[in-house]
Amino acid sequence: MIISIASGKGGTGKTTIATNLAVSLGNGAQILDCDVEEPNAHLFLNPLLDKTEAITIPVPEIDKDKCNLCGKCADICQFKAIVVIAKTVLTFHELCHSCGGCMAVCPENAITEVGRELGTLQIGHRDNLKFADGKLKVGEAMAPPLIKKVRTCADPKRITIIDAPPGTSCPVITAMADTDFVLLVTEPTPFGLHDLKLAVGAVKMLGIPAGLVINRSDMGDDKVYEYAESVDLPILMEIPFDRKIAEAYSRGELLVDVMPEFKESFIKLYKRIAQIANA
Amino acid sequence: MDELIVISGKGGTGKTSLLAAFASFAKNKVLCDADVDAADLHLIMSPAVREQHDFQSGRSAVINTDKCTECGLCRDLCRFESISETYEVDPIACEGCGVCVYFCPEKAIDFPINTCGQWFKSDTRFGPMVHARLGIAEENSGKLVSLVRKEARDLATQKGLDLLITDGPPGVGCPVIASIGGASAVLIVTEPTVSGKHDMQRVVQLANFFKVPAMVCVNKFDLNLDVTRDIENFSKLNGLKVVGRIPFDPVFTKAMVNGHTVIEYDDSSQLAKKIKEIWKRVLLNLKSAS
Repeated sequence: MIISIASGKGGTGKTTIATNLAVSLGNGAQILDCDVEEPNAHLFLNPLLDKTEAITIPVPEIDKDKCNLCGKCADICQFKAIVVIAKTVLTFHELCHSCGGCMAVCPENAITEVGRELGTLQIGHRDNLKFADGKLKVGEAMAPPLIKKVRTCADPKRITIIDAPPGTSCPVITAMADTDFVLLVTEPTPFGLHDLKLAVGAVKMLGIPAGLVINRSDMGDDKVYEYAESVDLPILMEIPFDRKIAEAYSRGELLVDVMPEFKESFIKLYKRIAQIANA
Repeated sequence: MDELIVISGKGGTGKTSLLAAFASFAKNKVLCDADVDAADLHLIMSPAVREQHDFQSGRSAVINTDKCTECGLCRDLCRFESISETYEVDPIACEGCGVCVYFCPEKAIDFPINTCGQWFKSDTRFGPMVHARLGIAEENSGKLVSLVRKEARDLATQKGLDLLITDGPPGVGCPVIASIGGASAVLIVTEPTVSGKHDMQRVVQLANFFKVPAMVCVNKFDLNLDVTRDIENFSKLNGLKVVGRIPFDPVFTKAMVNGHTVIEYDDSSQLAKKIKEIWKRVLLNLKSAS
């Protein structure tokens, strides 16, 4: 079972839900932090790292001796990552989407692929909880291939919790696609509601069952509740605002460590998710 | 012309609410929402849309089943696993690289341009605003960000305004890179939490990478004074201007629910005075940066 945690709006509590859910499930669970632009789960879990790996994507390298400057590579490239100017071929690796088109089209076999580093994959554990995250290099724009790489760490024997990035564009879709359940986390404010609607649109497009957690449930208005009812989005958990929770979070402490009574709520949350996902 | 981009690294630190409050004080400006992926500024600004345009970018493969002989070449060549066994293209998985289109021996694959969203020129009670809506699950957010920034700049020139205030996206990836390149300065709004600090440090690296001067403001500073001091010390050590602290205050949520900036909600509050001081410092730094 793979559960992705998403939100639309940032800062609603995705990482809090993902880390506490994973820790509450304990044995047999796994967390994959796919918010590769700003991975935060490690700050709360302090995992022991077993492996750190540089992640690369293939980009073209031109053998100038073989190249006859025909320009077919530049014609096929949709991303302006390869151009022929006068008597040289220039490559712009940061624009390359690794489609392999230039290599396939080159009549002289003058193009090979080399690796370009996007960031790092870290694999570790905290007691019996397995952990993996990706960290995009600062200045790097290409998040989805790194997210895909983090997802390859999913262990089918475990309950896998994915911490997704905010938003609704390609990085989030990459993190949520082909998961068994999307747990949306929102706050009952106009911003929270607006971005939740976008996230629900993305979940519907992917055709994945979903449920909702309302965080800081007493700070805002009732419109999120009305909306959830109108689109049959089940509310699976509510967490009222508590300064104690906010302060513990600020120190990097897990909610279930500070207020152990929450552990039961997270186990219940998982049971309801399993019920819906298996229905 | 000065261009201020408000970013944060971590989401939910109060970027948009603070920017909206600045809009109450700033003069002769154009507002711009570059968080095209989850744009929220319009919820406070209630813009009256004057112009609406489609945003077209990238292409997607579409297989014409009448011409397709199911030879399988496209499936072999596609590195994004976007062509199914029944020769249908998954538009979400399709990267728009066109390799299948080029090599199809039957010329059975069309390659139409995508309409990925809309962008708008609007009027608000605080002046003109340029904003956008990226379609759900769409790509090319960076290009849409560049477009709204350019349109905001053109609109300011046309109206003789000399300040752009732009709401940036969270993170450090593609849309953030497109938001800050060439800006006069960025204001990083963070919060005193381990994740707020971690994420702001990465966004500081990004600003340095693109050589954009950065300022820092700690929102909800009283949630953790130790981390607040850590962030401020880190900022000073790295040559960033610290423009002030804002206390945790539920008024931000109350004002948002009412569709108001916190200044409109209560312009005589301590909070309003605090934000006014911060805005003055931001403006001063912005002028000296440009």
